Amino acid sequence: MEKTPQTLPRDSWTYSPEINAEIRRAADTGIYDIRGGGAKRKVPHFDDLLFLGASISRYPLEGYREKCDTSVVLGTRFAKKPIELKIPVTIAGMSFGALSGPAKEALGRGATLAGTSTTTGDGGMTNEERGHSEKLVYQYLPSRYGMNPDDLRRADAIEIVVGQGAKPGGGGMLLGQKITERVAKMRNLPIGIDQRSACRHPDWTGPDDLEIKILEIREITNWEKPIYIKIGGARPYYDTALAVKAGADVVVLDGMQGGTAATQDVFIENVGQPTLACIRPAVKALQDLGMHRKVQLVVSGGIRTGADVAKALALGADAVAIGTAALIALGENDPKWAAEYEALGTTAAAYDDWHEGKDPAGITTQDPELMKRVDPVEAGRRLRNYLAVMTLECQTIARACGKSHVHNLEPEDLCALTIEAAAMAGVPLAGTSWIPGQTGF
Amino acid sequence: MQTIDMAKTELRELNQTLQAQAKDTNQTAWVIENPKGAHAIAVGLDAPIEVTVKGSTGYYCAGMNKQATVHVTGSAGPGVAENMMSGTVIIEGDASQYAGATGQGGLLVIKGNASSRCGISMKGIDIVVHGNIGHMSAFMAQSGNLVVCGDAGDALGDSLYEARLFVRGSVKSLGSDCIEKEVRPEHLDILRDLLERAGSDAKPEEFKRYGSARKLYNFHVDHAGAY
Repeated sequence: MEKTPQTLPRDSWTYSPEINAEIRRAADTGIYDIRGGGAKRKVPHFDDLLFLGASISRYPLEGYREKCDTSVVLGTRFAKKPIELKIPVTIAGMSFGALSGPAKEALGRGATLAGTSTTTGDGGMTNEERGHSEKLVYQYLPSRYGMNPDDLRRADAIEIVVGQGAKPGGGGMLLGQKITERVAKMRNLPIGIDQRSACRHPDWTGPDDLEIKILEIREITNWEKPIYIKIGGARPYYDTALAVKAGADVVVLDGMQGGTAATQDVFIENVGQPTLACIRPAVKALQDLGMHRKVQLVVSGGIRTGADVAKALALGADAVAIGTAALIALGENDPKWAAEYEALGTTAAAYDDWHEGKDPAGITTQDPELMKRVDPVEAGRRLRNYLAVMTLECQTIARACGKSHVHNLEPEDLCALTIEAAAMAGVPLAGTSWIPGQTGF
Repeated sequence: MQTIDMAKTELRELNQTLQAQAKDTNQTAWVIENPKGAHAIAVGLDAPIEVTVKGSTGYYCAGMNKQATVHVTGSAGPGVAENMMSGTVIIEGDASQYAGATGQGGLLVIKGNASSRCGISMKGIDIVVHGNIGHMSAFMAQSGNLVVCGDAGDALGDSLYEARLFVRGSVKSLGSDCIEKEVRPEHLDILRDLLERAGSDAKPEEFKRYGSARKLYNFHVDHAGAY
């Protein structure tokens, strides 16, 4: 008998397998999904930009002979002792607690070898981190875990965290599995409880208060330390302007691809703006106030390659910060642990349950056996190598554009592959002179 | 006794002078005149000196204090003795919001009233308020003792950890996970010591104790409504 033609099974775009799985998981557990990392959804990014390179109207620099400077000075506005970095890539704030001690040590070692800074996180400063970091930025967070004037004074810069890209407007949660005796002691909390980090600072609200808070910190630290203000990619124009008004030396701007140790997936994927969309408004705020290059701008959130660095700088940043990429360089999600990641129900690429403390790579854990897998010296060397490659890549592009310093890269060196990226970056769509939102087509 | 007149001295010079005092300095008594509500007076001190501020102060007076005794004869603005590590801070008048916020040690005495969020996120500091305190006081307080000789406002001790709260008067409402607890002999000893050091004639037996029910220590969906 002849078979009747049938339609092929068709999955719903709206009710995709991932969505259906999440509905079932929510129905089963009654709790939202918490995970680490940043936004995983595809958003307009640096990949959507291209450099034009040199041409008849501008000449390039010889790749292996002519100098292309990468040095950066952060904190030149008020601080007596600005931070001088050899490269425009810094290590973003990540806490001891979220990360293992060896991982933090490796970050300090790698950053120091590369001539750049690393940053503490929610949970205070450890002696190992201070000892292995030639330049250490001390985060001043709402929780104030471990906060004390001695650590403020032994820091090289202070970063007041107002928000972060993964969760603008959100606090944090370090689940009890990671609150070991040492972590609990540093945070003055009972062992094994879920540790909540507040979303607002306890003793100031708004830019006028923040200005006074900065005054207090400067008075305690003899006006020596650069004061950074870290903001999430929410309202980059106004937040940057208000940070400048409050007295910041440096603004750190973190887009939605920027990682977190643990936050609700719904928050990570649905709140905040892509990094690409945040840079130009922040730069415009600095320019409107006459403070571009006077208050430095550090951009983070999805920086992976020297090309990303070069593009961020061309859009007006003074430096970038990396977090997730630095962890991958140390060994996070490494395929050599594939079998163990699979045993956790994930893969050696998608693993993001950093809050559970079971990381086979020994990085996002406080398990004493797992963290032995991180050799701080070897992991630090890997990070140094990675930072060196990013810098070389950035220099390669800058020379091709004829720049003797990476800061000389500019929006005019770029075009965009998509209308969205062109609008966000404020550069022409490739093959046209059209900047959506600025010029007529 | 050393006197610094803020009508003639910049804040930077004032703090630099006080911060420069060595642990064994013989210049132990300092008077600050004409504070006129200035911010960040006597912050970051780290020596066993006694500083008397004659008048009222703005934000963050005695912030991050270590060892020093700071005595304000007037009232104090927001965040007095914030993140204090040790030493003593005494306010003769009232204190604004966030008094003793995130304090890690030492004793803060407020002889008048304290506004909202007194002792927010406190981490070991002892605070004695002779008068009343405002709403959301001791929010997320981690450790230390908050003693209130008067009344407490709404949502006392919301999301409390291990800090002990003692209130002699009424409590308008308790925050999430904050409950009244038994006053045991060791608590009376704590109260007796703190009240004496704070110059209060209140009796330890007159106080009720509040602390954490510890039901929110580990997230459970059945408690979601409490957050």
